[in-house]
Amino acid sequence: MSHKSMISIGPFHPLQEEAEFFQLYLDGERVVDVDVRISYTHRGIEKLDESKTFDQVPFVVERVCGICSASHPLAYIQAVEEIAHVKVPERALYLRTIVNELARIHSHLLWVGLAGHFLGYNTVFMWAWKYREPTMEALEIATGSRVNYANCKIGGVRRDITDEHLKMIDRLVTGTRGDIEMLTGAVIDDPVLHARLKGVGVLSKADAYAYGACGPTGRGSGMPIDVRRDDPYAAYDRLDWNMFVEETGDVFAKAKIRLLEVLESIKIIKQAVHDIPGGEIDAKVENIPAGEAIGHVEAPRGETFHYVRSDGSNYPVRHKIRAPSYNNVPTFKASCIGADISDVAITLASVDPCYSCTERMCTAVDAESGKEMFDFAQLVKLSQEKTERIRKQI
Amino acid sequence: MALMNWALRKSLWVYHVNTGACNNCDIEVLELLTPKYDIERFGMVLVGSPRHADVLAVTGACTRQAQPRLQEAYRQTPKPCVVMAIGACANAQGIFTEAYHMGAGVDVAIKAVDPDAIIAYVPGCPPKPEAMIAAAVKAMELIKTL
Repeated sequence: MSHKSMISIGPFHPLQEEAEFFQLYLDGERVVDVDVRISYTHRGIEKLDESKTFDQVPFVVERVCGICSASHPLAYIQAVEEIAHVKVPERALYLRTIVNELARIHSHLLWVGLAGHFLGYNTVFMWAWKYREPTMEALEIATGSRVNYANCKIGGVRRDITDEHLKMIDRLVTGTRGDIEMLTGAVIDDPVLHARLKGVGVLSKADAYAYGACGPTGRGSGMPIDVRRDDPYAAYDRLDWNMFVEETGDVFAKAKIRLLEVLESIKIIKQAVHDIPGGEIDAKVENIPAGEAIGHVEAPRGETFHYVRSDGSNYPVRHKIRAPSYNNVPTFKASCIGADISDVAITLASVDPCYSCTERMCTAVDAESGKEMFDFAQLVKLSQEKTERIRKQI
Repeated sequence: MALMNWALRKSLWVYHVNTGACNNCDIEVLELLTPKYDIERFGMVLVGSPRHADVLAVTGACTRQAQPRLQEAYRQTPKPCVVMAIGACANAQGIFTEAYHMGAGVDVAIKAVDPDAIIAYVPGCPPKPEAMIAAAVKAMELIKTL
């Protein structure tokens, strides 16, 4: 491939708060190829989990990603509960639903704000984050912390929400409803945003299926998938809510879906607060038997998938995490190529990439000896040898 | 040098470095800019380059990949520069201490470049935005005494 010019973005750059590295190959102002390099925030959480007890792991997986910190522990806990055949009390399921939906509102509004910021619409940024504040307050009331909730545990939830607090949460989300309807109207009807977002960063339905996109990224491209509907967990099958699918696959569709989902989450929370039954909140699990299971949860960005294997001891033998950004980040290959350089920022942002979820470490292993050779000095040596070889040929 | 310190007493400019954080601290740092906390009323802004920064707001446990990049960002800042280590991870690597992919830790990595670096620790997981504002105010007080 002959590239006219290359732009490197990152790893530390003002576009997003996380460290990632993009290489854009350009022909004039058209993007012809894109390369994404990650691993700056890889922390080895899967390995770390093997040294923690089953009850400690939720605190670690909560810190996989701060924005999905309600979804990751829930997915892990559902896997462990499947191994132990636990019947979770009804009230705990409703409490999990409330916290997860509050987290979805906070994540989607955060994205809307950042998207507005990338487009140079700082008013949208300030509005979205201002209307997000009551949700953060509601989360603090529900769990005691603004972003790390630590409310799920194996067999139920760690902390009950009193009736008084449930009323406060109801009041807070009801209060934001009007503001978010106004924001949704302002975004969906704005002619400048139409011009800027419609037909930009299109991910076709075929590409979405080929890359296995999930969450709002998939739903924006006409994939009707949502774990909450397809394999109901918590109390989602007892509540009335809708899934939104758009066919166009552009950034506008993804933005619209997220805003509509915020309103739908408010609907879910209001129902859950109204319908919540009384009773126990914890099934008091004592032993985790040997076995393996998967748990999946619809995080704000898509399907979060956790696999846990137990050998009957106190520690998980293997814990595998697949976060939604792992599927969604490679769709850049389909949506960025052919785009204008000025549209790349919003296209990259449109999948709401979360690198701390997705980070992997690559190790170069010698095929014959099986010896690891990820040492930087060795790579430099390999490179020098190659230069030497080429020099001799010339 | 006295003039530099005098100029730093107000309107600190902040560059934000994520060295392997889970995003929680980062969204709380961004939260500072938004209407509820609005740190810009103190003249503080987030800037896009370490060369413009008076404060490095460092979040995350400083992974092996990020460590040399953090040191490079610190080298590029004009001195004196206050390093704000935000959150349990940036303070002492927190829950990730035993993980295999950890670098030296934010304070060790910075001290390796500049032994006299000013480091402000903001504990919490994540610290509340109010705590970060308090840390910024304390950093300004500290600069006044230089």
